[in-house]
Amino acid sequence: MRLKERPKWQELLPGCVIDEPGNSVNYKTGDWKTLKPVVDKQKCIRCGTCWIFCPEYAYEEDEYGYFNPNYDYCKGCGICAVECPARCIRMEREEE
Amino acid sequence: MKRVGIEVSIAIAEAAALAEVEVVSAYPITPQTHIVEHLAELVANGELNAEFITVESEHTAMSAALGASLAGARAFTSTSSQGLALMNEIVYITSSMRAPVVMALANRSLSAPISIWNDHSDVMNERDTGWISIFANNGQEAYDLTFMAFKIGEHPNVLLPVMINFDGFILTHVIEPVWMFDKEEVKDFLPPYEHPYKLDVDRPTSHGPVGLPDIYTEAKKQQEEAIRNSRKIIDAVWDEFAERFGRRYRAVEEYYADDAEIVLLTQGSVTEAAQVVVDEMRKRGKKWGVVELRLWRPFPFEDLKKVLCNNNIKCVVVLDRAISFGGQLGIVMSEVRSALYHEKNKPMVVGVTAGLGGRDIRFDEYVKMYEIGEKCLKEEKEPDKVIIVGLRE
Amino acid sequence: MVEIRFHGRGGQGAVTSAEILALAVIEEGRYAQAFPAFGAERRGAPVLAFTRISDEPIKIRIGIYEPDIVVVLDPTLLKSVPVFSGLKDNGLAVINTNKGAEEIRKIEGAKGTLVLVDATKIALEELGVPITNVVMLGALLKGKPELAKMELVEKFIAERFPKLAEQEIKAFRRAYEEARVEG
Repeated sequence: MRLKERPKWQELLPGCVIDEPGNSVNYKTGDWKTLKPVVDKQKCIRCGTCWIFCPEYAYEEDEYGYFNPNYDYCKGCGICAVECPARCIRMEREEE
Repeated sequence: MKRVGIEVSIAIAEAAALAEVEVVSAYPITPQTHIVEHLAELVANGELNAEFITVESEHTAMSAALGASLAGARAFTSTSSQGLALMNEIVYITSSMRAPVVMALANRSLSAPISIWNDHSDVMNERDTGWISIFANNGQEAYDLTFMAFKIGEHPNVLLPVMINFDGFILTHVIEPVWMFDKEEVKDFLPPYEHPYKLDVDRPTSHGPVGLPDIYTEAKKQQEEAIRNSRKIIDAVWDEFAERFGRRYRAVEEYYADDAEIVLLTQGSVTEAAQVVVDEMRKRGKKWGVVELRLWRPFPFEDLKKVLCNNNIKCVVVLDRAISFGGQLGIVMSEVRSALYHEKNKPMVVGVTAGLGGRDIRFDEYVKMYEIGEKCLKEEKEPDKVIIVGLRE
Repeated sequence: MVEIRFHGRGGQGAVTSAEILALAVIEEGRYAQAFPAFGAERRGAPVLAFTRISDEPIKIRIGIYEPDIVVVLDPTLLKSVPVFSGLKDNGLAVINTNKGAEEIRKIEGAKGTLVLVDATKIALEELGVPITNVVMLGALLKGKPELAKMELVEKFIAERFPKLAEQEIKAFRRAYEEARVEG
C-alpha cells in the first residue's frame, strides 16, 4: 500500500490502540515463502509436533486429527519439516 | 473545607486519597518518602480502598502505574530525582500510550555529586516526555493541583499523564496551613475515571503495538496535538475549581507585572520569595515584578506573550533552577526567549540560575538578579548565557 | 514575623518542638511554618529546626539566619555550636542549662534576653529520659507568652505523645514555672 493511502493522524486511535482484536489474521504473510511444507498423510502419525513448533500458528487440525499448513500464513520457514518425528513433511518449491 | 496545619507531603498524599486513587505504585526516595509512606498507611488502615504495589524500582513503579491506568484504574505514583531518571523509559511510554497517570514529583537535583536537595534538574531532564507538567509554589497549591490533575488528565479529550512539581524539602518537609476538603464537598467535581479503550476482556483492545515507519510520524503528531489541546481542559478545570472553591490557578501568574520595568520569571517555591523581595524593593522605588510560569507543558505561549510584551516590561530575568550543559545553560530562559522571538515589543531576556542542589537563595541574591537586569538594560546588551548567581569564583 | 531557630541533637526532638509550636499557632487561625534543616538524619549529630510565626501568609522558605529567638535543647551544644549566630540584638535565647546567666553571658557571641531552664533535669524527673523538646517549649513560652496559647500547645503535645500526654504536659508546665528570664 502506498504511504499516502495509510491512515491520517486524525484517524488513529489514542496511543495507537487497536480496538479490533485479532485483526492480525487480515494480514496474510503466506506470500513470503519460497518453499512450502507438504504433508505426506501416509506417513503422518498425527502427533501434532508441527502444530506445536510452527512460529506462525499456521497449522490447523482437521476433523480426522491431521494437521495441515494454512498457506495464507505459512512463511515457509521449514521448522515443521525439521521437527517432524515421522519425517512426513517435505519442503517443496512454491513456484512449482 | 478545613484549615489544618499539616506537612505538605501528607497533604499531597491526602489529595491523591481524596481522588480515591485505585492503584498506588511507588518506590521510596528522599524527599518524596513521606508521600508514599502516608498512602501506604491509608491503604493498610483500610482508609483508602486501593492497591498499593510495592515495587523493586521506579522503572517498575511507572510500568505498573501505566498498566493499571490502561486497565481502567485511577493510578498514582510519586518520585524524585534519580527515581524519575530511572523511570524515564516508561515516563515517555506512558504519555505515548495515553495513560492518565498522575505523578507527584518532589523536585530534587540529579547526581553527581550526590545531592538529595532541591532544584529542577529532574523535571527539566524529562521536559520532552509528553506529560502535562505543572508547578506548585506552596502546600496549598500542591494539594489543589494534585487533586485537579486527575480531572485534567482523565478527561476523554486529554488522556495524558500529569506531573505536579513541588520543591523537595522546601515544600515536602514543611508544616504549614492547608485548606483541605471533605469528601462530600468534592464528590461531584471529579467524575469516575473511564478510559474509552481500557483493557477489558468483554471489549478487547491491543495497546502498545509496533508503529512502522508508515505510522510513527502520524502517531507522534496525534500525541502532540493532544497535549496542545489539553490546554482548554486545563483552563476549564482550573476555572471550575475557582468558581466552586475560590482558589484560582492560571498558566502564567503575575505579580505587579502590569506595572514593572523588570520582572523575574520563576517556577516553584521561589515565586513567593521573589514576591517578598518585590514588596520590599517597591518601597524603595524599584519597579519590579514577578511572573510565574506555572504551566510548563503545554507551554503557554500566548499567555506569556501577553504578560511579557505589555509595553512596560523592559527586561525579563529568567531564573532557571537547572543547567543545560553546553547549551545556553538556561532551559526555561531559552524557551522564553524563543517564545518571544517574533514579538515586536519584546523585552530583553536575561538568564540567571541559582539555588542549585538545595542552596538557599537569599534576599540579596534576588535583588542581585534584578540588578543584573538593570545592568543589561543600561548596557543594552542581552547576554547569551545564563549568569550563575552566588557562584564562588 | 517571628523567626525561631531550634538547636538540638538528632533524636532529641528539635523538629518536634518546631512542629508543635507551629501547629498550635495554625490552630489559632494565624500563620506558621515549621521545617527541619534538610540533611541526613543522624542520632546525636547537631541539628537545626525552624519555626516562623506571622499574622500574614508566610512566603519565605529559606533557613533562618537572623532569628528573633534561638532555643537550645542540649547544654553540650553551647560548647560546639555557635548557637547565638545571627541572633538579633534584642532577641531571645532560650537555653537548657543548669548554669547561671553570668556563666552563659561569657559564651562568645552571647546576646539578647536569656531564658534559662534546667530542662534535662525536668525531663529526667518527669519523663525518665533526657528528651527536652516539649520541656523547652514551656521555657520558650515563659520568655515570649504571646507566641502561642498554652492550651493549644498542650493539645498538640497530647496528640503527638498520646501515651505520655500527662507526663509531657506536666513537664511542659513545670518548665514554664521554673524557667528564669534574665534581662
